[in-house]
Amino acid sequence: MRIALHNVVKRFKGFTALKGINLEIKDGELFTLLGPSGCGKTTTLRLIAGFYQTDGGDILFDDKIINHLPTAQRNIGIVFQNYALWPHMTVYENIAYGLKLKKMPGTEIKRKVDTSLDKVGLSGLQHRYPGQLSGGQQQRVALARALVLNPDVLLLDEPLSNLDAKVRMKVRAEIRQLQQELKITTVYVTHDQEEALTLSDRIAVMREGRIIQLGDPKSLYERPNNTFTANFIGTNNLLEAHVLKGNGDGKYTVQTAIGSFMGIANQPLSPGQKCTIAVRPENVQINSERQEANSFTGKIHFASYLGNILRYDIMTSAGILFKADIKYPWGCEVMAVGTEVKISFAEFVCLLINDRCTEEHNLTAVGGES
Amino acid sequence: MGYKWSWNVIVRSFPLLLAGAGLTIRLTCIAVGMGILIGTFVGIGRVSKNKFIFTLSSIYVNFIRGTPLLVQLYLFYFGLPALLGFPIPPFPAAILSMSINSGAYVAEIVRAGIQSIDQGQMEAARSLGMTYHQAMKYVIIPQTFKRIIPPLGNEFIAMLKDSSIVSVIALEELVRKGYLVMGRTFRSFEVWTAVAFLFLFMTFPIAQLVNFAERRLKQND
Ligand SMILES: Nc1ncnc2c1ncn2[C@@H]1O[C@H](COP(=O)(O)OP(=O)(O)O)[C@@H](O)[C@H]1O
Ligand SMILES: [Mg+2]
Repeated sequence: MRIALHNVVKRFKGFTALKGINLEIKDGELFTLLGPSGCGKTTTLRLIAGFYQTDGGDILFDDKIINHLPTAQRNIGIVFQNYALWPHMTVYENIAYGLKLKKMPGTEIKRKVDTSLDKVGLSGLQHRYPGQLSGGQQQRVALARALVLNPDVLLLDEPLSNLDAKVRMKVRAEIRQLQQELKITTVYVTHDQEEALTLSDRIAVMREGRIIQLGDPKSLYERPNNTFTANFIGTNNLLEAHVLKGNGDGKYTVQTAIGSFMGIANQPLSPGQKCTIAVRPENVQINSERQEANSFTGKIHFASYLGNILRYDIMTSAGILFKADIKYPWGCEVMAVGTEVKISFAEFVCLLINDRCTEEHNLTAVGGES
Repeated sequence: MGYKWSWNVIVRSFPLLLAGAGLTIRLTCIAVGMGILIGTFVGIGRVSKNKFIFTLSSIYVNFIRGTPLLVQLYLFYFGLPALLGFPIPPFPAAILSMSINSGAYVAEIVRAGIQSIDQGQMEAARSLGMTYHQAMKYVIIPQTFKRIIPPLGNEFIAMLKDSSIVSVIALEELVRKGYLVMGRTFRSFEVWTAVAFLFLFMTFPIAQLVNFAERRLKQND
């Protein structure tokens, strides 16, 4: 099942929660809506589920407009953050209920419930009540319940947020595995960028009721086209800059408070134009012998040892902090605060972002896939 | 103080007072029973998306809760017969007004109970193909039952005490019996102390049950 949203608008008492959402979700894809709390992820999901009606635009399943189709007829499965299992029914009854409504014979219901419990690794817990299960188990039951009717679309709203870190990782992997096995079109809502990166085929980054960038995890991480995405996904050093000159091939030289740098841009820039440079800490070398396009000096301000990386906050001459990571800190000595260091990074990891250009681009390219 | 407390008065009038308490309990049980029946439907009506049903049930609830039970009783005992042209005996009039009164309060209890159920419960049901009515019947209402037991207990206690109002139409429940005994013995202090304690004997166990139910519910959540 393909899902499309065309210019979808949703208002709540004068407040516009969605300001024109355009999406094309492919058949069998795990598509994630990612963004901070309040940006409209849940609202979008609830529109797809049919719990809300649109105030503008269309929602399509395959090529059929379903704006007014009742939830019960959309053939969807939903998993909520708080599980929403029915507490007065056993695990078995929770999962079997949808099948009973379909007037399926008892033996077949039993077979299907057993299979689906087996799939989520909960065989033997049929007769427990939800209150007697751990969070992770409850969410697996919710998943089994959502999938037992073979829905065309699976919708998940922050399904892992109530679980603790270890269980979250585990259930996350299970969801992805199950989704790929069933090849079911899935819309996944989360505010956790790491979760989005690991799970998704594609991600839409949302902000204040709009989609501001859409792409696969790798392209969002490596080529954010706006400072919000650059900041929200992973860590970035962001510096104000203005363009000095173009070097062809989308490459430019820019001036910042800590020196001039060479970098690459997604959109054409012109000399004098303002932009932001984004450099990820892991793409920066400290005291490297190698000759890189960009370099400057600074002093170690703070060191945090995280085991797999060693992160330095480096104070630059202009009083701006710059983050740099040592990727294999095993056996490496931590430098003392105040040590002078040379920072360098390549041209192709130095992204030049112009938010104004991106906004205009987004507005003109309606339906815009990246 | 030279007052001499007389146990004798209490002992002799006790059978009479007990009979009054019996009627008090009977009236309350019937009224709250009917109230639960009315209140369940009206409470569901109060969360209905159907404008007509919602408005109708809201008018009922607001009218009853906004006027005194005494006035409602007079409406049924004096007002309605004037309209119909034949008298309504005290007992049916009392039952009618108390039931309709209780129905409004129970409706609000039911409404609050339904609205306390997480929205996801209904939505999960809808997404699995249940209609609104099926979801109400099989998912929402069964969960509501447990939650409304404590407030229903409180409603029973309130109605038990308020039932004393029907003494004004000469129904011989506990308070009316108290008047009668007082008139006969002129021992008002003993009589009303005894009446008060009889009320307390009826309400206290129910209050304890309500407390117990509330604690159990907290544990289960
Ligand atoms: N039922 C509602 N009534 C009024 N405002 C709402 C309602 N649902 C959501 N909103 C508002 O719409 C915005 C987006 O909400 P939501 O989609 O829940 O955000 P997210 O899931 O991304 O955190 C928020 O500002 C929220 O307050
Ligand atoms: Mg949300």
